[in-house]
Amino acid sequence: MCPIRNRLVLENVSAGYNGQRALQDVTLQVVHGGQVAVVGPNGAGKTTLFKVLVGLLPLRSGQILIHDEPLGQHKDCVAYVPQRSDVDWRFPLTVTDVVMMGRYNRQGWFRQPDRDDRAAVQHALEQMGIADLARRAIGDLSGGQQQRVFLARALAQEPHILLMDEPFTGVDSTTQETTLALLAQLKQQQVTVLVSTHDLNMAAERFENVLLLNRQLIAYGPAREVLSPTIIQRAFGGRVLFVGNVAVVDECCPPDEG
Amino acid sequence: MLEWLMTPLAYSFMQRGLLASLIVGVVCAVIGCYVVLRGMAFMGDALAHAILPGIAIAYLLQGNLTLGALVAAVAVALLIGLFSRQGAIREDTAIGILFAAALSLGVALISSIRTYAVDLSHILFGNVLGVSPSDLWLVGGLGLLVVIAVAVLYKPFLVVSFDPVLAATLRWPAELLRNILLVLLALTIVVSLQTVGVGLVAAMLVTPAATAYLLTRRLPAMMVISALAGAFSSLIGLYLSYYANIASGSAVVLTATACFLLAFLFAPRRGIIVRWLSSR
Repeated sequence: MCPIRNRLVLENVSAGYNGQRALQDVTLQVVHGGQVAVVGPNGAGKTTLFKVLVGLLPLRSGQILIHDEPLGQHKDCVAYVPQRSDVDWRFPLTVTDVVMMGRYNRQGWFRQPDRDDRAAVQHALEQMGIADLARRAIGDLSGGQQQRVFLARALAQEPHILLMDEPFTGVDSTTQETTLALLAQLKQQQVTVLVSTHDLNMAAERFENVLLLNRQLIAYGPAREVLSPTIIQRAFGGRVLFVGNVAVVDECCPPDEG
Repeated sequence: MLEWLMTPLAYSFMQRGLLASLIVGVVCAVIGCYVVLRGMAFMGDALAHAILPGIAIAYLLQGNLTLGALVAAVAVALLIGLFSRQGAIREDTAIGILFAAALSLGVALISSIRTYAVDLSHILFGNVLGVSPSDLWLVGGLGLLVVIAVAVLYKPFLVVSFDPVLAATLRWPAELLRNILLVLLALTIVVSLQTVGVGLVAAMLVTPAATAYLLTRRLPAMMVISALAGAFSSLIGLYLSYYANIASGSAVVLTATACFLLAFLFAPRRGIIVRWLSSR
């Protein structure tokens, strides 16, 4: 269990794949219970940032502190909702089976689920509005429903820090609404949330803080300061177009950061 | 009918053969679920053929053939992991290279032992009627070990196979678990050597598990149904082999294939007949 307080601190963090630096010298702090939208062009290092935070990629340099302790000390504190394409949905598992995996950090390899585990799973299913799908095979679900299964699994982990990779991309409006409602609720529960998105308007309207990345930290702070035309221009270069107050980015697809 | 079933069992070699076949059918079918779900069919086939040089060397050194097979299979399993882990080459390429190399080495060694020529067909296609009591103990012991390991390590194997990202988040040792799974696969293949042989063991790994996949939507149920399909195929196959006088390994695999075809056609959710009917 982790102590309930404090924050997420990154100091001069660099990371990358096979010699390529996808992320350079990023320094920032997120207050406890803060909600941050992570934006930037494709290949800006959004997914890399998340993968470093959950321990999927090693740090090249710098350090990450969670509750003042180095990364790895609090393995049950960080939950990660990856992009849907990261798992094999043809696996013979029901919705309940997948959400129960959120409790594996508490159960370890050998303990069977107890009443607390089952209650947490049931609660997470209800919160995401998929309790009626509990016994369905995951392969039979729509994309939005699969997304909500992943969110429910992250909730069942009862994390202190929740990372969501492009949760608004390619899902139906019900799932978008459920996800936004969940963000509001997590705010009350003081869960720190980082959400990557390429929807700048969503970032501006729904998040108090925005982190603008393009391999380096371009800007970090309140949405209306960070998402100013000059700064966006700096991050996206010629790929951005302003129509009135709305910024349109010339990118159709979720980032594919190999 | 009863007489039809009992007649072959009058011979003790037939009893041992049947028991060994049943064990092999179940063990292959259980670990085969991971082979099917993780897409490791090629790996299974490669490991089976990699056994050959181990057997030849053990024969030359006049050692225990099963032990030789075991050492060779485990060595190749770990080498494939080593070659592909560095990211230098893809895993299927690593398998292709080691598979061919091991097979060639095995054939080269065996061709140098002239007196061994007869037994080669036993290695390739199994010799279920030649199961000795000590073989049976070995098959039973190793088989039990594999099944227990799969049951005990259910959660870690599931997470590493379904969602490696979650495994990393939980800081579970994915690399170690993958190697354990490979070693268990190697053990299974060695256990199967005597009954179905290296040529057909891949089918026993894949076919019952694929049949079960079509019939269920949960992994524990898939393992149970797969085990039942494997045991059923072994049983029917062996009787077929006795009465129709055909090679036992082929009879078992053909029975398993027939089960798969039935499931493919008539499975309640995934069978093509049901799909065709519901799409009308």
